[in-house]
Amino acid sequence: MKEKAKDIKAREYRSVTQVAGPLMIVEGVEEVAYAELVYIRTPEGGNRMGQVLESQENVAVVQVFEGTRGLDTEQTRVRFSGDIMRISLSKEILGRSFDGLGRPIDGGPEIIPEARLPITGAAINPTARAYPNEFIQTGVSTIDGMNTLVRGQKLPIFSGSGLPHNELAAQIARQAKVLGSEEPFSVIFAGMGITHEEANFFMNSFESTGALERIVSFINLADDPAIERIITPRMALTAAEFLAFDYNTHVLVILTDMTNYCEALREISSAREEVPGRRGYPGYMYTDLASNYERAGRIRGKKGSITQMPILSMPDDDITHPVPDLTGYITEGQFVLSRELHRKGVYPPVDVLPSLSRLMNEGIGEGRTRADHLGVSDQCYSAYAEGRDVRSLVAVVGEEALSERDRLNLRFADIFEERFVNQGADENRTIEQTLDLGWELLSMLPAGELKRIDEKYIKQYYKKGSQVKAGEQ
Amino acid sequence: MADHKIGKIKSIAGPLVIAKDMRGCEMYEVVRVGQEGLMGETIKLIEDLAYIQVYEDTTGLKPGEEVARTGAPLSVELGPGIITNFYDGIQRPLLGIKNQVGDYITRGVNVPGLDPEKKWDFTPTVKRGDRLVEGDIIGEVQESKVISHKIMVPPGIHGRVIEIKSGSFTVDEPMAILDDRGERQAITMKQKWPVRVGRHFKEKLDPEVPLLTGQRIYDTFFPIAKGGTAAIPGGFGTGKTVSQHQLAKWADSQVVVYVGCGERGNEMTEVLLTFPELDDPNTGEKLMERSTLIANTSNMPVAAREASIYTGVTIAEYYRDMGYNVALMADSTSRWAEALREISGRLEEMPGEEGFPAYLGTRLADFYERAGRVVTLGGEKRFGSVSIIGAVSPPGGDFSEPVAQNTLRVVSAFWALDTNLADRRHFPAINWLTSYSLYLDFVKPWYDKNIDREFQTLRGEMMAVLEKEAELQEIVQLVGQDALPESDRALLEVARMIREDYLQQHAYHEIDSYCSKEKQYLMLKVIMRFYQEVKGAIESGIVASRITAMKIKDEIARMKYIPNPDFPRRYEKVIKSIAGEFESLRNQR
Repeated sequence: MKEKAKDIKAREYRSVTQVAGPLMIVEGVEEVAYAELVYIRTPEGGNRMGQVLESQENVAVVQVFEGTRGLDTEQTRVRFSGDIMRISLSKEILGRSFDGLGRPIDGGPEIIPEARLPITGAAINPTARAYPNEFIQTGVSTIDGMNTLVRGQKLPIFSGSGLPHNELAAQIARQAKVLGSEEPFSVIFAGMGITHEEANFFMNSFESTGALERIVSFINLADDPAIERIITPRMALTAAEFLAFDYNTHVLVILTDMTNYCEALREISSAREEVPGRRGYPGYMYTDLASNYERAGRIRGKKGSITQMPILSMPDDDITHPVPDLTGYITEGQFVLSRELHRKGVYPPVDVLPSLSRLMNEGIGEGRTRADHLGVSDQCYSAYAEGRDVRSLVAVVGEEALSERDRLNLRFADIFEERFVNQGADENRTIEQTLDLGWELLSMLPAGELKRIDEKYIKQYYKKGSQVKAGEQ
Repeated sequence: MADHKIGKIKSIAGPLVIAKDMRGCEMYEVVRVGQEGLMGETIKLIEDLAYIQVYEDTTGLKPGEEVARTGAPLSVELGPGIITNFYDGIQRPLLGIKNQVGDYITRGVNVPGLDPEKKWDFTPTVKRGDRLVEGDIIGEVQESKVISHKIMVPPGIHGRVIEIKSGSFTVDEPMAILDDRGERQAITMKQKWPVRVGRHFKEKLDPEVPLLTGQRIYDTFFPIAKGGTAAIPGGFGTGKTVSQHQLAKWADSQVVVYVGCGERGNEMTEVLLTFPELDDPNTGEKLMERSTLIANTSNMPVAAREASIYTGVTIAEYYRDMGYNVALMADSTSRWAEALREISGRLEEMPGEEGFPAYLGTRLADFYERAGRVVTLGGEKRFGSVSIIGAVSPPGGDFSEPVAQNTLRVVSAFWALDTNLADRRHFPAINWLTSYSLYLDFVKPWYDKNIDREFQTLRGEMMAVLEKEAELQEIVQLVGQDALPESDRALLEVARMIREDYLQQHAYHEIDSYCSKEKQYLMLKVIMRFYQEVKGAIESGIVASRITAMKIKDEIARMKYIPNPDFPRRYEKVIKSIAGEFESLRNQR
């Protein structure tokens, strides 16, 4: 990254003319750069940070990260730093905790920087990317078996309030590994607007497995200033890029909760009186989200990788809400959590049908997982889908009207949820266990019905005699 | 007041920069902004103020920095070297950028669209004394293994050849000199053309030749013509991008321009890695030998995203002018429209529906109208075409939103992707009930002549079965399948066969990925034969459950995996098996 704008000197002003919402307008300024970092000194002597959103001759519009409370138009002093926002990074960040703006909150010392990197990051040249294809074993059957995660992928969890997305994310962070490689993932955790409880849950979960020294956390709590949330994921991703591509580390980035991030975006947009897009979110939200999500991947010739797992809560469980909708258009698939499964007591309540991993095909099969993987996954998916259809049909016409085949599929769907999807929060299944379990369930169905699996795998893995007669419990 | 060549930045907000002292600057003129000379384009003028959309990140710019005019509109460089290349939205080669600045795309990088150093072997096809008009071909360059690049007389130039050379030239060295009404005009391999203006042609023709795609759902049910336009709208996960990739891979166009507009970086990398590996069924060479890619991923600057589809279509038109059939894939036009919305918002224009500017419809229409099958410029009669296939990503999969609606108004084929089908893993997830093609009648004579007169009739009957199925499904939902008469239950069986064994096509399967028109016709005939036998059997009192249990269905289901060349032979066998099995079914009674 090129060093920018070295000639801009730091200048201080006391000419704040307007404070409104998260914004502040400073007049009489000279040569303020777009996106310049701003330090603000409140009349009480407190320090805050901000960033230039719009720069005109003599006027600068500044967004204040830590809220505008206590600022005035008389004594507030504003210092333009002459630089853009950067984060200090070194290998020492591993095991440390920072607030949403990158300041240590664990009582440890400041980071002595090896590098001070701009947090906005540039786009990876598509010709420099390496295509993600290394299987990550998470130990969770619905993920490994049905919607496989690969290194360098960005795969979000679409959840709703009250669903155990944090448990699932923590489990993945604890268990994720690449087969044949002892090297564990380093985890970068960015919390945006999360509660103390949630933050503690993650920390405890990491601590209990002794994994704390490979975790970096950036935490903006629910009672921290909302505008800070715009910066938090960028801090985390810059740290991730540093570890991945300067230190050859495999990094898993967990971003939670992206819905809070988008709300902050909306707040700034409305304070600026911009023309709103859908549901009041700014028209550039797609681009803004992409500038975060696209910072996942692998680069040719570099050993490290960034795998992203954003978590977002769908307001009212609505998958067409702008936040999940735009996210789904950018990420390489999604895991969708289902309230219905959760109510049934299934953990993790991953609804297999709307979930998807776009990069799965590249990461599975002979030499990566097992040769029969794709067939097992397709067949389970299609039998489960049919079973679910039958389930909704039963509600209307009653079970008597079903054909033998329908009854089998219905039974398959029940057992699939009960045994394949459902597992313990600490249960770490190997990919063999997951696939064998898949075969055990598929063996309920007549071998002739398994049209999506190659004959030779049926011969090899199908368990004769374990067929369950329809209706039998 | 005198024209100013250099102005000064007045304000910066995101990708929009306002510059003062810009009197004389033209609309859509390219300017260089700030010390780093960031590329931008003027999109609004008030007095001496110019509103500029900047194609690169504006972080760090400050008021007072210089803005330099270039006097030219946003243009692309046209000449050999485009095919097999990989560009960003404003025609900068991505490999060139990588060589200059490394793995990340930083600002102020200047790489020409055509390599100025590279020498190309030029073979003239005209001789001294020939009289030429604009668009005439003066010679050829073998640009890739399959594309012979025709060097044409640039627009606006006519005259007699006074000098013509053969041999190796760079794109800037003249190989010919024309005497244009007393003026000596040197001709090089490179032309420049402003991207927002369509390249000229003589005449637009009716779209009568189908663009065969090897995909059954399109070729059989909803064909697109060469020079036609089609839209693929669909929510996320419905397979827009895979569909676009399939079309780019298998469509029988000679040149493919693939525009990745505001989409995922990894997807563009996939295209970049797979195209040089995949065999083109029409030429036997690799697909990359006839393709050019334009990638402006979602996190690259939005203004360049806005420009990317124009860059793409101008390149497409240029190859059309040589007499090629060109297919342009734009994935996704919704992201382009969002770029338009973002810039419009920054200009504080009065918003139309959902914040999109009121001129969204006009811009979309302008773009799709650049498709067409034409008689090109030049003395001899040459045909070429540009077909445009645009993906649309409607928010929430809701087709009533402005981009989808405005697109529908201008395109003639509509391939609606359906989330329900995708959830069932029915791919391509194109809904056969809501999709349509206005080219069916246009291409009928071609189908009659080149496949069979029966082809479109078969299509009609299959469609009727599918429509009937939809009706019956509603009843089944209410009262269960038992309530249906035997004939309807048998029809459901046939409909299921059409859906699963014909419409579903496996994009990643070695053989099924591409289905020739002959195979499509024979597969239709097999299903039709089965359908007729079923009707006969039901009439003779055989119950539908016996038909459901028939073995032959498995054989029909495996048809799609039979290699295209072997199919006619196997077809006879399948037909024989059908007849045989129904025969024994009747005898068993």
